[in-house]
Order: sequence, then structure tokens, then C-alpha cells
Amino acid sequence: MLIASIVVLAVGTYVMRLSGVLLRDRLELSDRLQRLLPMAAATLLAALAGTAALIEGSGFAGVARPAGVAVGALLAWRRAPFVVVVLAAALTAALLRLAGIA
Amino acid sequence: MRTSSRTPDRALLRDAAAIAAATVAVGASFGAIAIAYGLPTWVPFVMSTAVFAGGSQFLAVGLLAAGNPLAAVLAGLLLNARHLPFGLAVAGTIGARWRDRLVGSHLMTDEVVAFTLREQDPARRRRTYWLIGATLFISWNAGTALGVLLGGTGDPAALGLDAAFPAGLIALILPSLRDRATCAVALSGAAVAVLLTPVLPAGLPVLCALVGLVALFRPRRRAPDDGGPGHRGGPGPEVGSGHKGGPGPEGGPGPEGGSAQEGGPGPDGGSGHKGGGPVHEGGPGQEGGPRKEEVPC
Repeated sequence: MLIASIVVLAVGTYVMRLSGVLLRDRLELSDRLQRLLPMAAATLLAALAGTAALIEGSGFAGVARPAGVAVGALLAWRRAPFVVVVLAAALTAALLRLAGIA
Repeated sequence: MRTSSRTPDRALLRDAAAIAAATVAVGASFGAIAIAYGLPTWVPFVMSTAVFAGGSQFLAVGLLAAGNPLAAVLAGLLLNARHLPFGLAVAGTIGARWRDRLVGSHLMTDEVVAFTLREQDPARRRRTYWLIGATLFISWNAGTALGVLLGGTGDPAALGLDAAFPAGLIALILPSLRDRATCAVALSGAAVAVLLTPVLPAGLPVLCALVGLVALFRPRRRAPDDGGPGHRGGPGPEVGSGHKGGPGPEGGPGPEGGSAQEGGPGPDGGSGHKGGGPVHEGGPGQEGGPRKEEVPC
């Protein structure tokens, strides 16, 4: 049962990945719709970032994580390099937690 | 990012190294957790290789350990459904050869798509996809092995890694948000997802973020129907407005953002959720002018 469920999850995930890639050729997409694809990807990623930043389980993620993400986002907006953004976000959250602020 | 155009490969490699380091650490925590749950040693290895989707792996091992394999599969698949639209978006980047499509599809993750979106030039985009994809696959699996071997190594939260990943995603999508329509759709979508997360099963809220696009795409002649919900307007801003309805109440989650989010980085709206607060709250009048100042896009 364990192996079966992992196989189904793996195959299902792969099928979803591959079908998007393959469908792209089959679908006759208007220019307008084509322009929406990167927009859709950006929207999904923004939604992932938003939920990952703010929510843990079904509640608010606390202070440290959103604060870290906020610092990272501010730096990103100021065009700081990617590495700096990621490190600053992690460091902020880690230091806040170290200071007892969850 | 700015530097990436000047010294392309070095900057890309440096970014890849940063994401790889973080991925190793999170992969290690995945391996350690799977073992701590009492699952057989092969489980984390097989999952990291064959599923290769972090969020769904964490979700699935928890449910498997709880003796609920059916829920593990369903929840994992729902969470991974976003890869289908991702695939549509990056299909042209992966390449036309079958080998590339078959292998490239497996390497598709949130981070790869985000890194790819950041690039404008098709050749660079392609190189980025494959470099980041391979880097993440290797580091995720190496991390998993490390976690299984070393056991309960560290808590990713203690290292702040839970903040690192969303921040990294935000940094990667910021360039896309310079486009105003994308920005409006993405911010509203993020707000919708955040609002729905407490009430919907994992995976669905993020997919619901796409409703903003539907509003944008609806043919104009249908205006009368949509008029009701208030979606219609002009092409660009209407998107924002359509959703406003949803996020409007966002004042609700506002509190959450309220603490750290909105305050400081609020203006960076770019971040998506954050901006979400202030931007959407504007509700009325935010359409044209005001938004301009608040959001960088």
C-alpha cells in the first residue's frame, strides 16, 4: 500500500507536469491567451509565496517568518541580488526566533 | 538580477548555489522527518527522486505515517496540480525534442519556473531552466540522503528557511510584476489564495489564484454578464477590480500582514501578498492613479 501510494503520487505528478508541456503544442492558443501563460505562472508563484509567507497549516504563520519574508521582499524590490534576498530573509527569521519572537 | 544581465553565467551560478544550499537543508529535514515518522528508509529516497515536489512530499509523509495513504495521494496530487499550468508556461523553454520534454518535465518545480520567468532571452531562459532544474534535483536528493543518514538534523525554521523560500520566489517574480496587468492579477491572486488557505484543502487556494486570469481573458462582449460581479471595465485594471471583491475583505487578513508585512515593505507591493493588503484595500479608486504610487508595477 505504501509503495503503491508513492508510485501513484509520483506518476500522477509527472503526468501533470508532462501534460502541460505536451498540451502546449496541441492547443491552438490565441496570442492573447499565450500572453496569459507567463502571467498565470507568475500568479501561481505569487500565490505560493503569499501563502507560504503568511500561513502555516490553517493559521497565521506568526511573526518571524512574515518579517523575514518582508525584509527579503524589500531587498528584492531594491534590486538586491538574489543571494542577499534569500540570506537576509532567513537570517531575519532565524534571529527573531533566537530572540524568542516566533 | 540587475547584475545577471551583465555577467550572466556567474550571477546565475551564484543564485543556483544559494538555492541549492537552501534546498539541501530543507531536503535534509524532509529525510529526517520521514525517518522520524517511522517510515521505511527507502520512502524518502524514492519520493525525492520520483515525486520531486517538496511541498507534496512533506504533506504525503505526514499522511502516510498517519496511516492514510489515500489522503496522501489525493492531497499530494491536488497540491501538484499547479504543474500543469506551469508546464504550459515553460513548454517552449524546455525544448521540442522528446527527450528534453520527458526529462525536463520531471525537473519542473516552483523555483525552476520562477528562475525561468525572470529571463527574457530564450536561449538564456533555456539554459536557466536546465541548470536550475538539475541543480535542484541533485541538491534535493543529496539533502534527503543527508537527512536520512544524519537523522534529526536541525529544524528548518531555526535557520529561517521557511522565510527564505517565499522571499526567493518574490525576488524571482518581481521582474514579471513590472508588467501592470501581471502585477494586478498576481497580487489579487495571492490575496485570494491567502484568504482561502484556512478554509480549503492544500493546493486549491493557489489554483484559485488563477480566477483573476479568467476575468482578464473573458471576451469583452460578455460584458453584460460579468457586469454583475463587477469584473468588467477596461482590460487592464478590471482585473484588479474583479478581484477586489475577493480581497476587498482583505482588510481581514490585513491584520496578519499588519504586523510585519504591510508596515515596512508594504510599498514593495511587488511581494504580492504584502502589497496585497494595501493595494486591495484601496478598493475604490485604486484602479488607476493610486495604485501607481503604491506598487512598483
